[in-house]
Amino acid sequence: MKTESQTVKAFTFKDRECAKAKPGQFLMLWIPGVDEIPLSILDASEDGTVSIAVRKVGEATQALNAKRVGEVVGVRGPFGNSFTLRKGRILMVGGGTGTVPLYFLIKRLAHQAEKSVLVLGAKTKDELLFMDEVKKTMEGERGQFVATTEDGSYGIRGLCTEPLKELLVREKFDVVYACGPERMIRKIFDLTEEYGIDFEASLERLMKCAVGLCGSCVIGKYRVCKDGPIFDSKQLKEVKEEFGVSKRDFDGKRTPI
Amino acid sequence: MLASGILGYSAETLESIAEGGAGAVVTKSVGLKPRKGYTNPTVVQVSCGLINAMGLPNPGIDEFAEEIREARTSLEVPLIVSVYGYSEEEYATVARKAVEAGADAVELNVSCPHVKETGSEIGQDLEILAKVVSKVKSTINRPVFVKLSPNVTSIADIAEVVVKAGADALTAINTVKAMAIDTETTIPILSNRVGGLSGQAIKPIALRCVYDIYERVKVPIIGCGGVTDWRDAVEFLLAGASAVQIGTAIATEGPGVFKAVSHGIEEYLKVKGFKSVKEIVGLSHRS
Repeated sequence: MKTESQTVKAFTFKDRECAKAKPGQFLMLWIPGVDEIPLSILDASEDGTVSIAVRKVGEATQALNAKRVGEVVGVRGPFGNSFTLRKGRILMVGGGTGTVPLYFLIKRLAHQAEKSVLVLGAKTKDELLFMDEVKKTMEGERGQFVATTEDGSYGIRGLCTEPLKELLVREKFDVVYACGPERMIRKIFDLTEEYGIDFEASLERLMKCAVGLCGSCVIGKYRVCKDGPIFDSKQLKEVKEEFGVSKRDFDGKRTPI
Repeated sequence: MLASGILGYSAETLESIAEGGAGAVVTKSVGLKPRKGYTNPTVVQVSCGLINAMGLPNPGIDEFAEEIREARTSLEVPLIVSVYGYSEEEYATVARKAVEAGADAVELNVSCPHVKETGSEIGQDLEILAKVVSKVKSTINRPVFVKLSPNVTSIADIAEVVVKAGADALTAINTVKAMAIDTETTIPILSNRVGGLSGQAIKPIALRCVYDIYERVKVPIIGCGGVTDWRDAVEFLLAGASAVQIGTAIATEGPGVFKAVSHGIEEYLKVKGFKSVKEIVGLSHRS
């Protein structure tokens, strides 16, 4: 267990199945007596250990953050598809806890990419996650790291889409990976379309069964739990009326994001 | 056809199921008012199946009518709307609104095992059940299917009552009441404690139910419960079903399961020298 910020904690546990996870996949974590929630996998290794990171936002995440070492939770997974692992010039953009699956991706990609740039955005310095590890991984000639905070407490003041735009104007990239608030992802997607760059993003929806049956997480004709959570430019174009605009609520009704 | 409860919130997912080869689709159950359903865990994966207690989440018929309208314009296969209610009037109102929005038929959910005062609680009270069916039947001018629960002493007795009340077809079966307990924490896993088992585990139960019903009623039976490949489907046809529904198998086989099953049935008919699927409906009863 590791405290990453005032509201975010990382948890590491052993699970044979989830240890086989690829970057972008998620698991369902059961907090007995409280809820079961989908969480992006932060890291997974051959020795059977799995890590997740959770921000306190509601009842379930609060109950989870209050857990102590040795207490029991339930795990199902890994579920969903994963980011494609590309070797060329890659650009990653994460917002808030959207850093989680990207952190996993960086670890698998940084050593093989021709160039990798990571842009992280957060409201304030305290919400920029895994900074020490990220800086270490992204340092060197082939790596570059850019941070933005809305209050200017670290890095560039403003939203992460600003430095992203500059990077896209200045350099050529083969692919952009993104995870974070969906309206942010939508803006990044529109930029990649403008510059004609491949794009992959991790989407989030209400999840219940996680095996592609219940329909809670649908976006267009896709099920985020089974056909996603990673979607590419072509798929995102197909669902552009909902992407960054609306999601389905607990009763299945469309609600604005 | 697609079984109720699976996907079926949106016109687009129903279309993708139809593209997968489903000959008809049944929506998630819809009621008069919106319902959020239960807190997670709502699904437990067990050997050979799934236990679910979703709690009938749905946006209510007025909101869902839009989805029905959209689906009806884009779908090339019949659209069956699954309906639940807390009284005969509610069933009838929802069914009427569903038909007005474009439903080709309705399937009455009188068999959901995990929501109080509707579903199987209606389906187990023969008097109320008959009233619900005849009320809906007299309200709409489209076929009325009734989906039956296996959690009863005699499903054939109930089938008879339902058919007498006017049902045009029967769907057998809904999920089998079940639960799962976590040994580590010693508590039931589902937030609702009890749910319904679906998938391959219940196929033999569903098959026997269809067999029993076929002996007693003349209306078409739609077999439902654990169909994963063509052989399962053929078993249902031989037991007396005129069609089958598929749900849980979509998790493992994907939406293409419908095409695979239909193709397998055709091959079977060809190899065995049958001219039509009608020739094998109920064939096991003759032996």
